[in-house]
Amino acid sequence: MSTAMRYKSKLVNPDEKQDHEKQYVGFATLPNQVHRKSVKKGFDFTLMVAGESGLGKSTLVNSLFLTDLYKDRKLLNAEERISQTVEIIKHTVDIEEKGVKLKLTIVDTPGFGDAVNNTECWKPITDYIDQQFEQYFRDESGLNRKNIQDNRVHCCLYFISPFGHGLRPVDVEFMKALHEKVNIVPLIAKADCLIPSEIRKLKERIREEIDKFGIKVYQFPECDSDEDEEFKQQDRELKESAPFAVIGSNTVVEAKGQRVRGRLYPWGIVEVENQAHCDFVKLRNMLIRTHMHDLKDVTCDVHYENYRAQCIQQMTSKLTQDNRIESPIPILPLPTPDTETEKLIKMKDEELRRMQEMLQKMQQQMQDQ
Amino acid sequence: MCRGLRARRHGRCRGNAGWAPRGGHRGVGTEGGHRGVQAHRLRPPRGAGSSLEPEERSMEPPAVPEEEEEEKEEEEGAVPLSMAPGPVGCQLFGYVGIEAVLDQMKIKTMKTGFEFNIMVVGQSGLGKSTMVNTLFKSKVSRKSSQPGQEERIPKTVQLQSITHVIEEKGVKMKLTVTDTPGFGDQINNENCWDPIIKYINEQYERYLREEILITRKRKIPDTRVHGCVYFVPPTGHWLRPLDLEFMRRLSKIVNVVPVIAKADTLTLEERAEFKQRIQENLKTHAISVYPQEDFDQDPEDRALNDRIREKIPFAVVGADQEHQVNGKRVLGRKTKWGIIEVENPAHCEFPLLQDLLIRSHLQDLKDITHNVHYESYRVRRLNESNQLGLSPLNGLPGKGEASSHL
Repeated sequence: MSTAMRYKSKLVNPDEKQDHEKQYVGFATLPNQVHRKSVKKGFDFTLMVAGESGLGKSTLVNSLFLTDLYKDRKLLNAEERISQTVEIIKHTVDIEEKGVKLKLTIVDTPGFGDAVNNTECWKPITDYIDQQFEQYFRDESGLNRKNIQDNRVHCCLYFISPFGHGLRPVDVEFMKALHEKVNIVPLIAKADCLIPSEIRKLKERIREEIDKFGIKVYQFPECDSDEDEEFKQQDRELKESAPFAVIGSNTVVEAKGQRVRGRLYPWGIVEVENQAHCDFVKLRNMLIRTHMHDLKDVTCDVHYENYRAQCIQQMTSKLTQDNRIESPIPILPLPTPDTETEKLIKMKDEELRRMQEMLQKMQQQMQDQ
Repeated sequence: MCRGLRARRHGRCRGNAGWAPRGGHRGVGTEGGHRGVQAHRLRPPRGAGSSLEPEERSMEPPAVPEEEEEEKEEEEGAVPLSMAPGPVGCQLFGYVGIEAVLDQMKIKTMKTGFEFNIMVVGQSGLGKSTMVNTLFKSKVSRKSSQPGQEERIPKTVQLQSITHVIEEKGVKMKLTVTDTPGFGDQINNENCWDPIIKYINEQYERYLREEILITRKRKIPDTRVHGCVYFVPPTGHWLRPLDLEFMRRLSKIVNVVPVIAKADTLTLEERAEFKQRIQENLKTHAISVYPQEDFDQDPEDRALNDRIREKIPFAVVGADQEHQVNGKRVLGRKTKWGIIEVENPAHCEFPLLQDLLIRSHLQDLKDITHNVHYESYRVRRLNESNQLGLSPLNGLPGKGEASSHL
């Protein structure tokens, strides 16, 4: 349901047009204007995929966006992999559909979780995300802010292996290291090796463990109370089927006289776009059709702000320690702070933080209501 | 099932009165455990001048450093069967009844029963316990003996052995399944294979100690691991560094049978590609998995084993539930897009694995464990004890003076 349609339904019906025209100001067309402008400007979206190799990440990305981003990829054999650390590889592709342009960047993380010793194998990934934040921070504080390139990672699809009984230690550590920097959407990969009862059990188990370890995965926003029932129903189903059990496929096979995307086995054909077979459609809808903008918003409003606050705090404490004015951002006007003013600054910081927390709590309460 | 009357394969008949001809192993000195022996030589007991006690038969061939002595002795008196001209063929002009020995052996072995020890290794969740249950068509896995326990990944690799006695058509088998939960599950998996290697060597040690006692049991309890089934996750790419490390170390001390677990996630083309890559990997790293090429005895064996080697590693699917398919009840997994029949060779290679492990090569696994892996362990231990000048095997309770001559 696009925003345009939602607002149209509230427009007057022709009978009462006469009366309403006197009260009709006309800013209800604002969304349409925004729509037109953004179509011209185009959108951008950065998606990161992470998980052990062989879980079908590349296939899924190709299936999601119906392109072949990994045409010339060479699968590394074990010798080459032994000496490798986790790399970060970016693929950028421009897709256009019905006049709307999307600049899609996929950040791939080959080598994650492959070695015998995987301690801190997520460090290159957290470093990359921080780098993007830092770059945006600098750009934002710079003089010319017209064309800031937004390379921040908007969403991270984390592939959980279906062969385990839940989350593995490396999964838990990865998600805990990243849940405050990026929106994590956990997925159960290669779900065609699970029968429906196993999928249910695994999803429950994963949800339990996510709660147990306090991992903050991306939460779907609550839908407004004035949405129609169908939308609410869809939203509920979406929430209940997290984490999504997905299957990806690049090949088209024949099934019941139709050509579908799927995988051909001797015992049957798995259709990727069949909701009864897997949650691929739900993931695609969520990621692209309904929640893409929300993902970007949360990245900007929550993760980036957290980073920014941390960064500034570090800088201020550094300044007070070094007694030097060196920051590229002229925030603190104090040349030589003495201990008293230092204490005052710290107290004010604390107060600010407390107030922010209270604000957040109040906002949440309002949303719950 | 000894392969009949061939002079070489008498290692199995230990039940007979403690005289089993065993020759020295020329050519065994490395850890490779090469079965270079062509025949067992029947050696007369050694005379004085050695530390052997006169009562002791030549059960303990001297350690390898004394090989020169062996050679001299050979020139003296012992005539190795392999060097003698082949036995002269005689024509039988009536029915003698030699073949009845096969029946006698069968009856005897049925009475004593078989022992088979299998170990399953792989990351958690790859279907090891289900596979073992499916293989032996009974609930023999670790999970079945501890029902209702939740799956938890232990912090270190643990080894749990469960023994069951299963019977089929009067033949009893004492089956021991050793499971290794916690393998490969941690973030840092370095040396997670050490507890497994230690366990395998411990079993060899135990057998060795029993063997060198003065008064040995008639039938030494055999806890040595006869086969280790290694479960490779179906990534479809290559073997992971962890898989290579493990198989490299373990194929030297035990028969390793790699299988592709949960193969219902690979299409047939993906399966074939994956297998080929794995075979290349194994060749590049010189890992010899079971059936090893070096131990093929004759062209027949070689042909049979070559066929098996083409298909290694088997792509298996395990299931413990039965479903109706075309009026028959089959073991399988029921998904929304079809039923995967575990025992259908068109679906997965479980029947091949079952054949290999149980129906055709079970005795071969035991023989190779006994004749090759155990022997090379023994040689190593003897070398160690000789080099150190100590007898680490001393102190064993035994009648008479020194309990062992080592």
